[in-house]
Amino acid sequence: MADISMSSAMTGPRGARPKRALSPRNIMLYGILIVVCLYYLLPLWVMVMTSLKGMPEVRMGNIFAPPVEITFQPWVKAWSEACTGLNCDGLSRGFWNSVIITVPSVILSIAIASVNGYALINWKFKGSDIFFTILIFGSFIPYQIMLYPIVILLREAGLYGSLWGLVIVHSIFGMPILTLLFRNYFSSIPEELFKAARVDGAGFWGIYFRIMLPMSLPIFVVALILQVTGIWNDFLFGVVYTKPAYYPMTVQLNNIVNSVQGVKEYNVNMAATLLTGLVPLIVYFVSGKLFVRGIAAGAVKG
Amino acid sequence: MKLSRMTALLAMTVAMPAMATELEVTHWWTSGGEAAAVAELAKAFDASGDKWIDGAIAGGGGTARPIMISRITGGDPMGATQFNHGQQALELVEAGLMLDLTDVAEANNWKEIVYPPSLLDACTVDGKIYCAPVNIHSPEWLWLNNKIYEDLGIPVPTNWNEFVATAPKVREAGKIPLALGNQPWQSNLAFGAMQIAVAGLDAWKAVNVDKNMDVAAGPEYAAVFQAAADARELARGSNVQDWNQATAMVINGDAAGQIMGDWAQGEFQVAEKVAGKDYTCLPGLGLNQYISTGGDAFYFPKLDDPEKEAAQKRLAALLVSPEVQVAFNLKKGSLPIRGDIDMAAANDCMKKGLEILAGGNIVPSGDMVWSPDVQKLNEDLMVEFWKSDMSPEDAHAKWVENLKSGL
Amino acid sequence: MSASSEADAIRTASAARPRPRWTRNISAKIAAIPMIATALVVFVGGTIWTVVYSFTDSKLLPRLRWVGLDQYERLWSQNRWLVSIENLMFYGVMSLVFTIAMGFLLAVLMDQKIRFEDTFRTIMLYPFALSFIVTGLVWQWILNPQFGIEGVVRDLGWTSFSFDPLNNPQTVLYGLLIAGLWQGTGFVMCLMLAGLRGIDEDIWKAARVDGIPTWKTYLVVVIPMMRPVFITTLVIVASGIIRLYDLVVAMTSGGPGGNASQVPAMYVYDYMFQAQNLGQGFAASTMMLLSVLIVLIPWAYLEFGGKKHG
Repeated sequence: MADISMSSAMTGPRGARPKRALSPRNIMLYGILIVVCLYYLLPLWVMVMTSLKGMPEVRMGNIFAPPVEITFQPWVKAWSEACTGLNCDGLSRGFWNSVIITVPSVILSIAIASVNGYALINWKFKGSDIFFTILIFGSFIPYQIMLYPIVILLREAGLYGSLWGLVIVHSIFGMPILTLLFRNYFSSIPEELFKAARVDGAGFWGIYFRIMLPMSLPIFVVALILQVTGIWNDFLFGVVYTKPAYYPMTVQLNNIVNSVQGVKEYNVNMAATLLTGLVPLIVYFVSGKLFVRGIAAGAVKG
Repeated sequence: MKLSRMTALLAMTVAMPAMATELEVTHWWTSGGEAAAVAELAKAFDASGDKWIDGAIAGGGGTARPIMISRITGGDPMGATQFNHGQQALELVEAGLMLDLTDVAEANNWKEIVYPPSLLDACTVDGKIYCAPVNIHSPEWLWLNNKIYEDLGIPVPTNWNEFVATAPKVREAGKIPLALGNQPWQSNLAFGAMQIAVAGLDAWKAVNVDKNMDVAAGPEYAAVFQAAADARELARGSNVQDWNQATAMVINGDAAGQIMGDWAQGEFQVAEKVAGKDYTCLPGLGLNQYISTGGDAFYFPKLDDPEKEAAQKRLAALLVSPEVQVAFNLKKGSLPIRGDIDMAAANDCMKKGLEILAGGNIVPSGDMVWSPDVQKLNEDLMVEFWKSDMSPEDAHAKWVENLKSGL
Repeated sequence: MSASSEADAIRTASAARPRPRWTRNISAKIAAIPMIATALVVFVGGTIWTVVYSFTDSKLLPRLRWVGLDQYERLWSQNRWLVSIENLMFYGVMSLVFTIAMGFLLAVLMDQKIRFEDTFRTIMLYPFALSFIVTGLVWQWILNPQFGIEGVVRDLGWTSFSFDPLNNPQTVLYGLLIAGLWQGTGFVMCLMLAGLRGIDEDIWKAARVDGIPTWKTYLVVVIPMMRPVFITTLVIVASGIIRLYDLVVAMTSGGPGGNASQVPAMYVYDYMFQAQNLGQGFAASTMMLLSVLIVLIPWAYLEFGGKKHG
């Protein structure tokens, strides 16, 4: 189906937009896209609608129907009233912790990965490809397997339970994919630029800061999005490698969503889910355009 | 004995300045009733001049335990932590990471007051006591929806056999006789409850306490597996995940009964159902009125700080004290770990439990007699057995094999 | 170090003839220390540690009490483990094929100079911002026969309608797939779209001049040119598949039928932490890592061993 719609009137991806808005091709094209979008939007619809219903209505009604009586109580409860054990201040408790964890983790992991990518492309040294291969291998290791070895490493380094320990763990596990993306991106920057800078006497860091960084905004946006999403949504590391004073928002989310005993308040679950996802979602909406451009450069060339 | 070793292991622990001594307590009690019960503990601890720092981790023991163990082995332990009593914390104790509470136990006469004594035995390693038991939970209960039976014009079953006999009528009425969630532990729980009820106490003890594998492979247990194979037919069609969703099927009248622990009554209470009128609870499935005494206990990791250690011991003593036991267990819906206190405020089902407890009809819990590894193997086996067409003979053989791996 | 001493250490030179003097490139090497440390200490070190302890009978705490291959014998005698591997292979192949095919087709559609591209892209991408736990929770709900799709359609009057993939051992993996694809295809679509945008306009012109049909141009010209995109996608998608855990826990807890949707990562986690049998968990993880190596080594050889690029 998709093939027909394309071949019938294809003028190439860079061609002029067809004049007739209601051509059969366009009906097909937009028809398919809209159907696909329904699939993507359905869960969001369910989440938002459910989060605006009271529990009796959730139990009775069908999940796709809009609320008969709109209530914001689930949102209020999720944000400021839901309890984790004795602490009944909802997600708000972990919000700033999440920020405090995410900001340095994102900065550090992106800084390291971008330098890695740069070194791997422009300053190859013996064995650099081997280390890169090991990194890629590392991206396949399930996190749970690494829990204990990392406990031991952090203990030996004296970082266990500290915020920096967690920041380092996030940087380590973000490194494989980010390094891959940065490496690919930098390889797309014309080598002549690099050579010219070398002739001008610029060193490793000089070229990195004066040439590479200014040209790399899109890939930094991609890295930012990936890391903000990953680190913000992380539960396991946040709870294993820190202490309660630093527990992120997802600990409360886990409590609200994952509570194995007692009544499940689906409306509060959904509100909590949406609230927790808000930060990554906003980052997506704000930087969506740059994302594709950055991915374009980061993944196309290898 | 192992005091010297702990200093080395915990050398990195940073000592905190001591004012009103703060103790961080980790646990996985996060539902409404559970949190209310924890609040009682915290209130009592704070009232005694110390400070309870709550470290609740939701998602059940499976989520919380790795976190707790990581922190203890990582050198950043909490002040106190929940485990199910039994073998879960055994290795941490053996590694010298846990505080010896023997002096607290002696000063407060735990040996006399903790009832049943098996609870304290589960806390004891090499003659020393390492945990403070706080409650008893028993899993062997059958919960029934009275209205379904009234509508069918048959009396509400009073034991498992009657339940099975009436099941076809329930099925004809378009209801599911037995609600059973998909999570593995629920299948294992149902089988465990049927073990005592069907095989009888002697066979149960021979297998689980004396570890007699001939009995395990023998006819008594073949009968248990046959009964379970029949029971799984009754559970066909109950497609839910969580135990409380299964309980909800009973409450809403979609299913006639459920085998679940005493914590299920919290769900009935929340739904404003009355024991005896709307629902019936049958401990020991109504056959053998025996319940097993699982439950929770608090362990205290060694901290390199005398102030904290004193506070830990104060907390340990407090947890077992009569006032805290009453307040905590009423909220939690569990049974107290001492028989010398007044539980008049308990509801009907809880009173049935208390009676059985007072009569001494108790057996140790699975957590006490088998390692977590064997428990997990059996969970895997049971969920496969209950949710597929595995033959009872195959399941029986595999079960014996699982038990043998834990000897 | 002065710039002149590094002047000839640029990549073409160093790639062509390896430098015996390690002081060359010293800044780059220092800058790469975090990467080297991570690769060697964490990934290699952690892996070796895991493999070593898989030969012990460690329970709750790692201990060096050797039991030879016992853990592996037990592992391969467990029905649950065997089924887990089968499930992961089935889910993995389906997921890879569908994610990449859907991602590519959607990207092609998006590349037709459409209106509202930003809106469409955002809609397809937003699920990627949500965690698997949340994804599983929502889809478990939508697929629930009582109040999800099945219930709603039946309420509309089609009473024999049946759509309950999560409670049938034969279809449960498709149920997981519906949720997994929802979460991940948007991101793959973006990768693919970016790849398509990177194709030179002249290629299309040349293809048109030669009269090659559009679909054929995609198949024979464009897709081969997008090889790096496909590799990046493959790494990201495949690593996600191997780690598949949260989604299964949230949607099915491994059932129905006991183990119809069990996956290896769940086995590892359950045995390490619930069963407190580290040795068994490590043996299972070692098998997982081994299978990753079997897939990755040929790739690394092709990527770095043969031709040099760039």
